[in-house]
Amino acid sequence: MTWTSLNAWVAAPEIFLFCATCAILLLDLFVSDAKRGFTHWLSLAVLVVTGALLVRGYHAAPQYAFSHMFVADPLATLAKVGMVVGVALVLIYGRSYAADRGIFKGELYSLALFSLLGMMVMASAINLLTLYVGLELLSLSLYALVALRRDSVESTEAAMKYFVLGALASGMLLYGMSMLYGATASLNVLEISQRLMVEQSGNPLLATFGLVFVVTGIAFKLGAVPFHMWVPDVYQGAPTPITQLIGSAPKLAAFAFTIRLLAQAMEGFTPEWRSMLVVLAVLSLAIGNLTAIAQTNIKRMFAYSTISHMGFLLLGILVGNVVGYSAAFFYAVTYMLTAAAGFGVVMLLARQGFEADRLDDYKGLARTHPWFAGMLLLVMFSMAGVPVFVGFFAKLAVLKAVVDLGMVWLAVFAVAMSLIGAFYYLRVVKLMYFDEPEGAAAPLSGCMFTRVVLSLNCLALLGIGLFPNDLLLLLTNAVEFSLPI
Amino acid sequence: MDMKTIYLLIPLAPLFGAIIAGLFGWAIGRRAAHCVTIGGVAVSFALSAYVLNHLLSGGEAFNGTVYTWLTINGVDFNVGFLVDKLTAMMMCVVTFVSLMVHIYTIGYMQEDPGYQRFFSYISLFTFSMLMLVMANNFVQLFFGWEAVGLVSYLLIGFWFKRPTATFANLKAFLVNRVGDFGFLLGIGLVLAYFGSLDYATVFAKAPELKDTTITLMTGHTWSLMAVTCILLFVGAMGKSAQFPLHVWLPDSMEGPTPISALIHAATMVTAGIFMVARMSPMFELSDTALNFVLVIGAITALFMGFLGIIQNDIKRVVAYSTLSQLGYMTVALGVSAYSVAAFHLMTHAFFKALLFLGAGSVIIGMHHDQDIRNMGGLRKYMPITWITSLLGSLALIGTPFFAGFYSKDSIIEAVEFSTLPGAGFAHFAVLAGVFVTAFYSFRMYFLVFHGKERWMEKGHHDHHHDDHGDDHHHGLGPNDKPHESPWVVTLPLILLAIPSVVIGYLAIEPMLYGGFFDGVISVNHESHRAMEMMKEEFHGPLAMVTHAFSTLPLYLAIAGVAAAYVFYLVKPSIPAAIDRFFSAIGVRKVLEEKYYMDHLYINGFAAAGRAVGTVLWKVGDALLIDGLIVNGAAKLVGFVSSAVRRVQTGYIYHYAFAMIIGALGFITVWLGARLGWFGPEVFQWVVGLLYPQA
Amino acid sequence: MLQNYFPILLFLVVGILVGVLPMLLGWGVGKVLGTNRPDAAKLSPYECGFEAFEDARMQFDVRYYLVAILFILFDLEVAFLVPWAVVLDDIGMFGFVSMMIFLAVLVVGFVYEWMKGALEWE
Repeated sequence: MTWTSLNAWVAAPEIFLFCATCAILLLDLFVSDAKRGFTHWLSLAVLVVTGALLVRGYHAAPQYAFSHMFVADPLATLAKVGMVVGVALVLIYGRSYAADRGIFKGELYSLALFSLLGMMVMASAINLLTLYVGLELLSLSLYALVALRRDSVESTEAAMKYFVLGALASGMLLYGMSMLYGATASLNVLEISQRLMVEQSGNPLLATFGLVFVVTGIAFKLGAVPFHMWVPDVYQGAPTPITQLIGSAPKLAAFAFTIRLLAQAMEGFTPEWRSMLVVLAVLSLAIGNLTAIAQTNIKRMFAYSTISHMGFLLLGILVGNVVGYSAAFFYAVTYMLTAAAGFGVVMLLARQGFEADRLDDYKGLARTHPWFAGMLLLVMFSMAGVPVFVGFFAKLAVLKAVVDLGMVWLAVFAVAMSLIGAFYYLRVVKLMYFDEPEGAAAPLSGCMFTRVVLSLNCLALLGIGLFPNDLLLLLTNAVEFSLPI
Repeated sequence: MDMKTIYLLIPLAPLFGAIIAGLFGWAIGRRAAHCVTIGGVAVSFALSAYVLNHLLSGGEAFNGTVYTWLTINGVDFNVGFLVDKLTAMMMCVVTFVSLMVHIYTIGYMQEDPGYQRFFSYISLFTFSMLMLVMANNFVQLFFGWEAVGLVSYLLIGFWFKRPTATFANLKAFLVNRVGDFGFLLGIGLVLAYFGSLDYATVFAKAPELKDTTITLMTGHTWSLMAVTCILLFVGAMGKSAQFPLHVWLPDSMEGPTPISALIHAATMVTAGIFMVARMSPMFELSDTALNFVLVIGAITALFMGFLGIIQNDIKRVVAYSTLSQLGYMTVALGVSAYSVAAFHLMTHAFFKALLFLGAGSVIIGMHHDQDIRNMGGLRKYMPITWITSLLGSLALIGTPFFAGFYSKDSIIEAVEFSTLPGAGFAHFAVLAGVFVTAFYSFRMYFLVFHGKERWMEKGHHDHHHDDHGDDHHHGLGPNDKPHESPWVVTLPLILLAIPSVVIGYLAIEPMLYGGFFDGVISVNHESHRAMEMMKEEFHGPLAMVTHAFSTLPLYLAIAGVAAAYVFYLVKPSIPAAIDRFFSAIGVRKVLEEKYYMDHLYINGFAAAGRAVGTVLWKVGDALLIDGLIVNGAAKLVGFVSSAVRRVQTGYIYHYAFAMIIGALGFITVWLGARLGWFGPEVFQWVVGLLYPQA
Repeated sequence: MLQNYFPILLFLVVGILVGVLPMLLGWGVGKVLGTNRPDAAKLSPYECGFEAFEDARMQFDVRYYLVAILFILFDLEVAFLVPWAVVLDDIGMFGFVSMMIFLAVLVVGFVYEWMKGALEWE
């Protein structure tokens, strides 16, 4: 074993992020609460550099490192760029919220960056162990982040639920992975695929057994029905920036994770996992959309809406070809942006002693804050899939892939469910534009920088909707280059 | 800058202005809002003029896709531009009139609280109209078509607190839906039979499909081209307010006057004319469709003119004259004189915008009193408005050397040469129309600018409140004096008066006979010989004037003016007598009720629609939709949420239990399938259900 | 074949001896040398300073957990060091630097917990 054979430069962004996060962890010890802004800007600077390293390291051909434990292929790199953006948006939008609630601490930043590191490792892992280590790093950081307001009953309860159920799901996933190892005698994703599909040397019964548990673990991470129970409670209980963190970037990580495990490792078992994902997707679309209508809390509504969006993401993945994967990738990226924008507006309206998480808090917003009512309108339209907004295009791409596969009934079902879903998104619009405001207009929190970034984020939903092709082409190429199909 | 960037900038500049004024109008104030929108339109006009010049000096026409939005099953949804001379001419007309209207609006809407909103709308309209005329495919055409319609509804209902405005708004919307339905069906037929929505592809393929027939009902076959063209023309009838879909246009005068000039006279209503001219390669293939176009146009040209005679609202007179002129353009289309239609479209845009803006200026001077019976003698008080309105009226009635003369006489001549079955009637209609046009135009002119100053007479004030029920209409008191409008209002009048006078003389030769539209408009010169024959007769614009003295239209126009002079200045008792006569025989009533078209629609179609609707509502809606679908959906939602709530207890062990049950279920089903527990039939059935292809 | 399992047998024997010998010694030697005056406290089983038989849901200071968790972390670190030290000759500089990186990461954690005051009892 030598240094050069490690090929460590492939993981340069991760290594940099790790060192920088350790540095932030230590530096923050010497920063007083009043000067926490230093940590904030330093973290953002680290994210910028990480993003730049990622973009610089983009190669069309997959680059392997650490004895094929780690791969930097276009799919991973683009997903990681998306995650960096997602986490940066969390830090930007969440700052004033955190400051108002006494969680504007160094831990918020170090844990958020560590969770990003976990996501990045998940995206680049090509070995079951690396995959698991990345997942655990992400999960443990998130458990701690959810409990960041340790004096709040809701937060600690949510953290406890998340932790216990997450541990259960991790256990199932690990069990599934051990079965895969047992079936194929390898931990490497590509070797597993080789043994199962080409050599037919693996034990198919054992592999199916493992597959069930792997899918269970994935479904938990995505929050797909029936492994979704944690989602509403955690979304509602966690501080809103953490809800945004859970609801945005990790979806990309989970997507990459799913691609590694299902599309790459278990490629030979596509019919099996496809039918499992069909069940998950149908249930998620139905339960997510139908239950969201009954919600009165916007964070909880977003939670159920996430469940239904993950149903759509699964629809793209279950197609099982490049078109489907790139549609799902597009869906994940754009959903990340949409969710971030939605929570961003919620946090902008929230202030000390006021969470702005009841739907009634949005009554007459168009009267009191016309600009951000318009921005939330863009988010809602995009989530509902109104044409020219990016959500429409993402749904269209996924549905097209599903129809091309010949599963018309599934596409029709998904459309019917998203029509039902449009109801609760448009209800928010109705509250904002047609109802009288309750009480006096509250001032917005957040500095001008936050507002500008949030506005750009929201306008991007319209912009990408108008010009979706470049992004879709980029993602399609990434999938094509990354998957040996 | 390459040409593509310029083409992109032309529509985007007004869009930019619209967005700034619309979204940030509250922040940047009135001044900035009108500066940014006027700036956007001015840029757009300057670039349009440059493009026209580029094409005139031998530049290549552009036809290309700027952006592909999405592709579904091989059909592209593109944003693409087709910029040839027809487009360039339209672009110049649209942006020039729009620019004038923008400037004019500063004065007209001065006191209105919706100032920024108005500027945003008219800039947005300019953008939509440019997208419409620059389209190189049917999808973009349709989107532009709907977008201009949308802005037009918004603007008709701009003063949404007036019940008449909201009614007019609704009417315009509903009537246009009828037209759009036909238009959409036409586009659907194009897509179905041509397999493309791109102009160039469709036009290239059109001759092949000339003899294709389709069966709409069993036993009846129709020529594909005739059906498609008529359906497309139905769309044009809605947008260009052709009989019988014209009813919305007079009511649209409820909107502010600047938009009446821009949208309901100069640009949007001519979109239908433009569209048919653009589709000339298709219309040329069907005499049936052309004949249909011709007859509809002739009816509109004559009968809408009659209605102009009895109107007393200054804007409605101009509105009916617009209807009539649109009829003239449609007639020209019908006889395959597409270039003449486009020519009249251009001249009409200038002088009709001028007349509308002049009417608006009068309305300002009269403190929002629009009844011409209360006016009179205004030429002393509003000299610029007077002179420019006179020039506009002279252009409209076809006075030699004025713009309208060249375009209108060309239309009449073209109809004369046409051999279509409907040409005889059309020729009569357009000739009679000349007299009618001259009569109502100068009736209005004399009543407004000459004669006694009638606002000093008492009694009209109350009458007005009855008519409109709105506090916008103040009217002048007996001792008030009207004033000339500010320069922002009169400057556009002067700038519009110039082309209204000279553009016909300058442009007739190149546009009609000089090959301006070569390769753009296609005419089958063998069967439709009108243009050929006119070309033989044409010896320059001067000769055309001398020739006019030996033909009927000029004398008809003079007769019209003379009659108006006698009736309304010399002996006002004559029209009263005629009025009594026509009232006695019932004609007056017919005209007042606008040929009972509104009655037909409101009490006939709308009532029948409501009756059918009531039945459908009782059976379909209340029983099926409400009972089954809506309430059913609500029940389903309630059921699912309560079920979910029962599971979503908040207890970790319930959650964990659900996860484990889920995992167990997965294991049972998929391991079972692998092990063959359910038997191969069940497994095959499930697989078949899930993926039919497998 | 069977002799391959000899170390395990040896391990079992030694394990049993380690468990049984002190007991025997304590019992035998105590019988011979010591006096025998039992009381209730002496006869009760010893359990880390806690009462052996009482409600299991008693409260005690959460700081015990913190110390215990931190102890386990650094205890395991030592457990990694032993095999590493054994094969250090074979893995050479690569192995040395790898372990140094590992230790450096642990040091970061150690500094953090120290500065945060996790090692202060009061």
